[in-house]
Amino acid sequence: MKQENTIMENKIFRPLDLKKKMRPAESIIQSLLFISGVLSIFITVAIVYELGKEALLFFNNPDVTFAKFFGTTQWQPGIGLFGIWPLVTSTLVTSFIAMFVSLPLGLAAALFLSEYASPKARSALKPILEILAGIPTVVYGYFALLFMTPLLQKIFGDGVEVYNMLSAGIVMGIMILPLISSMSEDALSAVPRALREGAYAMGATKFETSIQVVLPAALSGIGAALIIGISRAVGETMIVAVAAGSGPNFTFNPFKAAETMTGHIARISGGDLSYNSIDYNSLFAIALMLFLVTLVLNLISQGIINRFRQRYE
Amino acid sequence: MNPNRDHYPKGEALHRSLSRRYRSASIWQTLFFSALVIAILSLAALLYNVVDGAFGYVAFEYKNDPSEFTSKALDDLNKQELLDILTTNLSSGAFKKLDNEKAMEKRSKSDLYTLVLERLIQIDTKQTWSMTDSIFRSSEIKAEVAKKYPDAKLEFRSWLTPVFLTTPMSSKAEFAGVRTAILGSLWMVGIAILFALPIGTGAAIYLQEYASKNFLNRVIQTNINNLAGVPSIVYGMLGLAIFVRALEPFTSGSMFGVTDSNGRTILSAGLTMGTLVLPLIIINAQEAIKAVPDSLRQAAFGVGATRWQTVWHHVLPNALPGILTGSILAVSRAIGETAPLIVVGASTFISLDPEGPFSKFTALPIQIYQWTTRAQSEFHSIAASAIIVLLILLLSLNATAVLLRNRVQRKY
Repeated sequence: MKQENTIMENKIFRPLDLKKKMRPAESIIQSLLFISGVLSIFITVAIVYELGKEALLFFNNPDVTFAKFFGTTQWQPGIGLFGIWPLVTSTLVTSFIAMFVSLPLGLAAALFLSEYASPKARSALKPILEILAGIPTVVYGYFALLFMTPLLQKIFGDGVEVYNMLSAGIVMGIMILPLISSMSEDALSAVPRALREGAYAMGATKFETSIQVVLPAALSGIGAALIIGISRAVGETMIVAVAAGSGPNFTFNPFKAAETMTGHIARISGGDLSYNSIDYNSLFAIALMLFLVTLVLNLISQGIINRFRQRYE
Repeated sequence: MNPNRDHYPKGEALHRSLSRRYRSASIWQTLFFSALVIAILSLAALLYNVVDGAFGYVAFEYKNDPSEFTSKALDDLNKQELLDILTTNLSSGAFKKLDNEKAMEKRSKSDLYTLVLERLIQIDTKQTWSMTDSIFRSSEIKAEVAKKYPDAKLEFRSWLTPVFLTTPMSSKAEFAGVRTAILGSLWMVGIAILFALPIGTGAAIYLQEYASKNFLNRVIQTNINNLAGVPSIVYGMLGLAIFVRALEPFTSGSMFGVTDSNGRTILSAGLTMGTLVLPLIIINAQEAIKAVPDSLRQAAFGVGATRWQTVWHHVLPNALPGILTGSILAVSRAIGETAPLIVVGASTFISLDPEGPFSKFTALPIQIYQWTTRAQSEFHSIAASAIIVLLILLLSLNATAVLLRNRVQRKY
């Protein structure tokens, strides 16, 4: 009698417990979505594993020693020359030139857009930077080889080789400029308005406010932009492949041709490359170095941005 | 701190210092603005440089005189006569090869005309001039050609023509076109989007709608942001190791009975490109999903919808324009990328249209790269024409994206 009662109560008064209802389709979909999310981690793992595996084959080669890799200055894995420096120095030179061009220009553009420009002027000027950012890098390569190099040859005379690091670096700077300016502008406009008003109240001019108050407050964000810019410059391939030269060359002279790490990978892998050769493995060693360098730079930059956001929120 | 702090200028000195400060302020403002001017000038120089290369005078000679093959003027010949000339003058091996590519009888008249020019008469380009030179130094150029190449003809030529778009590759710049390259690019981008769009949207839905704030999901999010910053050539190496080598039976099509191919196919390139744009698609889709107001979700839950029903019927339809905008931007990134394709093994000389995912391929940026790095100036001219084609393609894609974005903004 009592049992019957509870069943009756169950039927009449208790709402259906939908939580316990099995929904197989729902959980299948959820696990598919989860797999898509986790796939990105697989990609990272695959990059590290594949590059690491082949790079290990390279470093395990008895001919490749630590002393040779970091101690000599010629890179020709095919004939037993394993000095990484020529590729590293040219990467450094082109990236340095690129940052030398893009940091001041990008920062100045960002200051103008965020502190000086009227909303109307900003909406007219920003699309131009966006177009610059959307142009494929191979087109910049064409520009570097057929416009910038002849221009530099006119300015600096015959010392400028047909392929040279300066032209590639300058054009790379133009390519990175929109990135630097948009990231810096974000940082500058995140500075609270109260700081600016305070400076004006003390009688500062707009320029003094921008440089002595807003810029220091946004410095971490600008630092993040700088680091991302370096990472882009180090990983950029097509401009240097077209304009910087084809052949490792240990030099710091920007008028000379020298192949960067990325340019070297592009040239060697573009030819007929047999698997399991030392050349093939060496490319993966270079790519692994590139990946690690850019990863560290990106992580630092992201860390800076995260800290910076917390400060003003 | 500052020792001058207590000694503020007074009177006349104050005015002098004020006007000095205003002067330096306005000088710096001009300097800041000039950075933007430099950016605009660079863009203008780049576009001008490209257009300048795509048009201009070209001096060329006929290696073999047309009168050796026919008594009529070349332009007056009809299709049958052109065919006869080709049959009698081409070696039988060369003729058979052409016939195998496409039956000679089925080719159009202009096709045959080009073949006669290309194979028999053989145009020999001596020199090309840029558009600016051709316009402003026209008489000098004519004098120079008359002196240097007495037999040569000089004509003002637009390298970018409708024929350029519809002819396949050729080893001679005068007859080369971008047909195979455009088709290759479209195939590759299609595969990339088919691969990356569903997975990317799925990942974005998971991260925005399902994921709780635990360690794993934070790692996924950081990882996606980092993947977006990995150099494209590293993706190329990944594609080479995984899609070209490890998955060769699948990507070469030998699993499906295709025999004449290695792993360097459109499919490998498309999957590599899909991996490259995946983080971009995820980040953009996340932004789009974030922009859907929470009230929509609450309302759906309120009438008893499950989480997936809410996502499928309310969140996704509202986020769709944003997701599409993001994928169009991803497409335009993929169309312009060159480095991974070089690594994955784009062939540079392909004169046949790609037939399917297991064909060898070339792509528009690959052709631009190849032609730019050639020494002869006529190849630079067709590189410039190909760049114009690429830029127009990208411009129309981006315009579509902007239009879509504006429609979304109007809605909320």
